[in-house]
Amino acid sequence: MTVEFPILQIVDENGQLVNEQYRDQMTKELVKEFYYNILRIRTFDRKAVSLQRQGRLGTYAPFEGQEASQAGSAMALDKDDWIFPTYRDHGATLTFGAGMTRTLLYWNGRVEGNVPEEGKRIFPPAVPIATQIPHAAGAAMAEKRKGTNNAVIAYFGDGATSEGDFHEGLNFASVFQAPVVFFNQNNRFAISVPIEKQMNSGTIAQKALAYDMPGVRIDGNDIFAVYFQVLEALNRARNGLGPTLIEAVTWRYGAHTTSDDPAKYRDQSESETIRKTQDPLLRIERYMKSNNLWDKEWIKKITEEITTEVEQAVRGMEQFPKPNVNDLFDNVFEKPTWTIAEQKEQYLQFTRREA
Amino acid sequence: MMIEKELVNRPMGTNQLTLVQAITDGLRTMLKEDDSVLILGEDVGKNGGVFRATEGLQEQFGENRVMDTPLSEAGIVGTSIGMAVNGFKPVVEIQFLGFIYPAFEQIMTHVSRIRMRTMGSYTVPMVIRAPYGAGIRAPEVHSDSVEALFTHMPGIKVVCPSSAYDAKGLLIAAIEDPDPVLFLESMRSYRANREEVPEGKYMVEIGKGKKLQDGDDVTLITWGAMVPVALKAAEQARIQGMACDVIDLRTLYPIDKDIIAESVQKTGRAVIIHEAQQTGGLGNDIISIINDTSFLFLKSPIERVTGFDVPVPFFALEDKYLPTPQRVMKAIEKVMHF
Repeated sequence: MTVEFPILQIVDENGQLVNEQYRDQMTKELVKEFYYNILRIRTFDRKAVSLQRQGRLGTYAPFEGQEASQAGSAMALDKDDWIFPTYRDHGATLTFGAGMTRTLLYWNGRVEGNVPEEGKRIFPPAVPIATQIPHAAGAAMAEKRKGTNNAVIAYFGDGATSEGDFHEGLNFASVFQAPVVFFNQNNRFAISVPIEKQMNSGTIAQKALAYDMPGVRIDGNDIFAVYFQVLEALNRARNGLGPTLIEAVTWRYGAHTTSDDPAKYRDQSESETIRKTQDPLLRIERYMKSNNLWDKEWIKKITEEITTEVEQAVRGMEQFPKPNVNDLFDNVFEKPTWTIAEQKEQYLQFTRREA
Repeated sequence: MMIEKELVNRPMGTNQLTLVQAITDGLRTMLKEDDSVLILGEDVGKNGGVFRATEGLQEQFGENRVMDTPLSEAGIVGTSIGMAVNGFKPVVEIQFLGFIYPAFEQIMTHVSRIRMRTMGSYTVPMVIRAPYGAGIRAPEVHSDSVEALFTHMPGIKVVCPSSAYDAKGLLIAAIEDPDPVLFLESMRSYRANREEVPEGKYMVEIGKGKKLQDGDDVTLITWGAMVPVALKAAEQARIQGMACDVIDLRTLYPIDKDIIAESVQKTGRAVIIHEAQQTGGLGNDIISIINDTSFLFLKSPIERVTGFDVPVPFFALEDKYLPTPQRVMKAIEKVMHF
């Protein structure tokens, strides 16, 4: 099926345009926005890993290497669309408008990190695998019923395609022709298990055939391919043409999470090779350089801006008010049941006495 | 929330309905009242559900409101979460409680905790209806009574009516509830008898039990399909000169603590009857409530009459598995003669 589902590229590893289809839409502004968003989320990601190493952040799931997939797909969304991420998709949610301080709070064990920014339809990251896929289908069914023009995107990894919820979600979306894009980032490892042991199928995109929806396989490190294919899929969704499955083939350079050592299960020199050849930031840099879009002053300016933004977000996290013990009890039900109210009262009495 | 007392003076027609008809009536009432209410499930459309609980509703409200879904419990609950956080109130039918397990992950990790995970930014006002229990000669796995899996789960309410009146009133209260509710329907009680059910909208408050009869000697605590079993035992006890308070809990989480405490403080004796397995069963939580509220009033240890710690058997043996009035009677004698 690798023949039927070839990897679509618009800009190749050397930064050369290999597909003319979208040339007119590849404006200077768009290209700069691509670069900016990749750089921004990469800076965030590296900072988060560093904070974790210093003991200033909890266990963290890095996405470095997958920035083109995440930024490109999120940039294709309209402001009223829905996003259903996993725990490795905060590059996408940040691009879509999630608060950076809140994102850091989430990784520091703070429930406040899951509160979406006002007016942003960002679902909290799914921690169990693939469970968000039916949620996205359902939210899309709801948009369709309301008669809106809004669409939904669900993020998930290669491992998620082995879960029942992946198939159940795609089937529902297909049966009800829901306006949803299933955006898979195939980074080729589910923690330590490589794709060849995850599935005997040559591609993930081919799984769309079973649900009679378009299946698209793209180079997930080519932000042009990601952006334009997600945009097309979203347009199909908005126009009543139902769901699409997109497989963005990519790579995570680092560990599954900061608690894990990838050298144990794969040769990390491969990561280094990919970094030198296929890196999403490097690729757009090469494209910009060969199209006279490379502006050192601008790069310096945005690098400083992003650094300041990330530093401010870290300060925001570290200066955030201490967790409130009421939040342990108060948000389980709209009105606490008597068991929760009683346990809370007893606990607060106990802590008052201890104090 | 409107409670029953307020209904007394309300002029309303009534109908003689079975429990399952009362559920249909409750669903119809809410589909009419609230456009955001949707029904989803396997065979709920043309077929009206395998027990006919949704009979005629698709015809009346259309396929967009009463939706036949793929055979996919996790998919039904999962997509309903997406609809619930996006403005709808899905009322989901799981064909049998014994088939809810594929959806368990969705209920445990999402339905019951999205409000908590987002500090109330997203909520899941969903009702999951599921027929439960043994005693109707159903094939394997159809007869489970696993309420305790869900009463243990934080973030979801569990109700289980035993009468037509309560079924409609609790179902409407569940649909109106801002949080998820698992609504258990005793298959054995679906058509066991009829009672007067008011037309239109009324609610029975979630979290309140009901005293079915008064007696000073022993408190019988039960719910759902075991209510008639407890009443039969209470009648036998009465003939032998022992008077039972019979409590139908109606809500299994949060349990009505006060109705239990008040009764046990009067009788000093309690027998808990449920058809689920004993270990980890809800009877143990009821014992804890009695322990916390009424320990010094007890005249004897509390007895439990329950299913055994075995899978619900093939139907040829289900009558041996299920509590009977005779087993309840034995327990009553035991607490009386301690």
